[in-house]
Amino acid sequence: MEYNPPPFFKRGPTPLIRLLLCSLLSIVMLITDVRYRYLDNIRQAVSVAIYPLLRLAAAPRALLDNVGEFFVTQAALRNENAKLTALSLRDAAILRKYEAVAAENAHLRELVAARERFPGSVIFAEVLYAGRDIFSRKIVVDKGEQQGVKAGLPVMDNVGIIGQVTRIYPWIAEITLITDKDQAVPVQNLRNGLRAVIGGTGNAAQLELKYIPLNADFQNGDQLVTSGIDGVYPPGLPVAEVTDVERNAAFMFAHIRCKPVAGVTNYAQVLILDWDSKIPPRPPEEVRTARTKKPRRGG
Amino acid sequence: MAMRGRLSNDLLLPVGGAFIVSTLIVALMINLLPWSGVWLQVKPDFVALVVLYWCIHQPRKVGFTVAFSLGLIMDVAEGSVFGQHALAYSVLAYAGLVLHRRVQNFTLKGQVLHVLAILLLNDTIVLAGRMLAGGPFPGFYYFVGSFVGAALWPVIVYLFKMPLRPAIDPDRG
Repeated sequence: MEYNPPPFFKRGPTPLIRLLLCSLLSIVMLITDVRYRYLDNIRQAVSVAIYPLLRLAAAPRALLDNVGEFFVTQAALRNENAKLTALSLRDAAILRKYEAVAAENAHLRELVAARERFPGSVIFAEVLYAGRDIFSRKIVVDKGEQQGVKAGLPVMDNVGIIGQVTRIYPWIAEITLITDKDQAVPVQNLRNGLRAVIGGTGNAAQLELKYIPLNADFQNGDQLVTSGIDGVYPPGLPVAEVTDVERNAAFMFAHIRCKPVAGVTNYAQVLILDWDSKIPPRPPEEVRTARTKKPRRGG
Repeated sequence: MAMRGRLSNDLLLPVGGAFIVSTLIVALMINLLPWSGVWLQVKPDFVALVVLYWCIHQPRKVGFTVAFSLGLIMDVAEGSVFGQHALAYSVLAYAGLVLHRRVQNFTLKGQVLHVLAILLLNDTIVLAGRMLAGGPFPGFYYFVGSFVGAALWPVIVYLFKMPLRPAIDPDRG
């Protein structure tokens, strides 16, 4: 008679075998994702599945905000009201001036047949959560493909550029902040028009100008705005201010540290700029081969 | 010697699948809360902690399948490279399954040391995954979360056993 253990003892493969299987699977996924990005569909599916959880996780903060608003005292409200009235009066004057300047500007632009600077619309989005990942500076907002967000769109707060949309899901989008180590923004010095590329250092409060020769004219306090080159960011939006210029002849490039103008880490709402640069495609590089020289030699 | 292992000798009600699932969902939600600043740096990986708890206390109910799928969810939620958390949680589950008899024989203090080692291993794997994908080294404060997580272990043990304690029979005194 054959002896079989009772079903209680049948527990499938040993833990070690299971561990090896799981590790193999995850390593294959890791390599596939890093190298080929084939897994974006799975990523989208899982993101849809956990979307309710994300919203639920974002709820406590909204609740706290509401409760806080409820307990504002009347004196504080009256105070704020007076302040806001004064502010709106002042802003009205500024607004008049701004309208006049804008009208004049539009007229001038028509004269030189320049393109409209910011033709697109703006998508208002709320930050759902900042990634726990300390390696990269990314945030996730509550607007996605369904609301017309596209990968690559620039993102700003009320002051200046804070980042760029890097990954979209049906209802949420991931934004890489300009302080991320791999993020670069083409900028221009407001004082003298010098062009440069600014990049993150991985530090939340610091940016760095890259590949600037030692003798380039950058000073502390210089304002850097987007140059509009490459058509990703609309031109003229504030990005950073130079805080520290270090010229050491031992290095090839000057070490120029800047601090972001926009509140890159302190915001709850952001604006996604939905615009199309309408820049014509880059002309093809001239092919310089021996063949182009031949006719010249012959003639 | 009576003190040793006293915690694990408590007579508890059987654990329902719904209870396990709800603790895992709550842990996932806490992980997804909008953490920022200092809190983000000291925040332990709650999902890892809870998965480890169940692997040690209910190794027949929670194992690789749960750990692996939660790892995938964390990868999507954090926007990190696919498979990085799945790998880390699989190793975590393995450590929990293999050590579950040993860990339960220790007092809470001894358990915390085991948990600390396992959480550090978990973080190291995530870190290794990131650095292989080309990320920079974030500094040693990255591991602070593991220490906080290990310190939370007694709290979790207490909380998770609370609903499973049978009501005291008043007739027995």
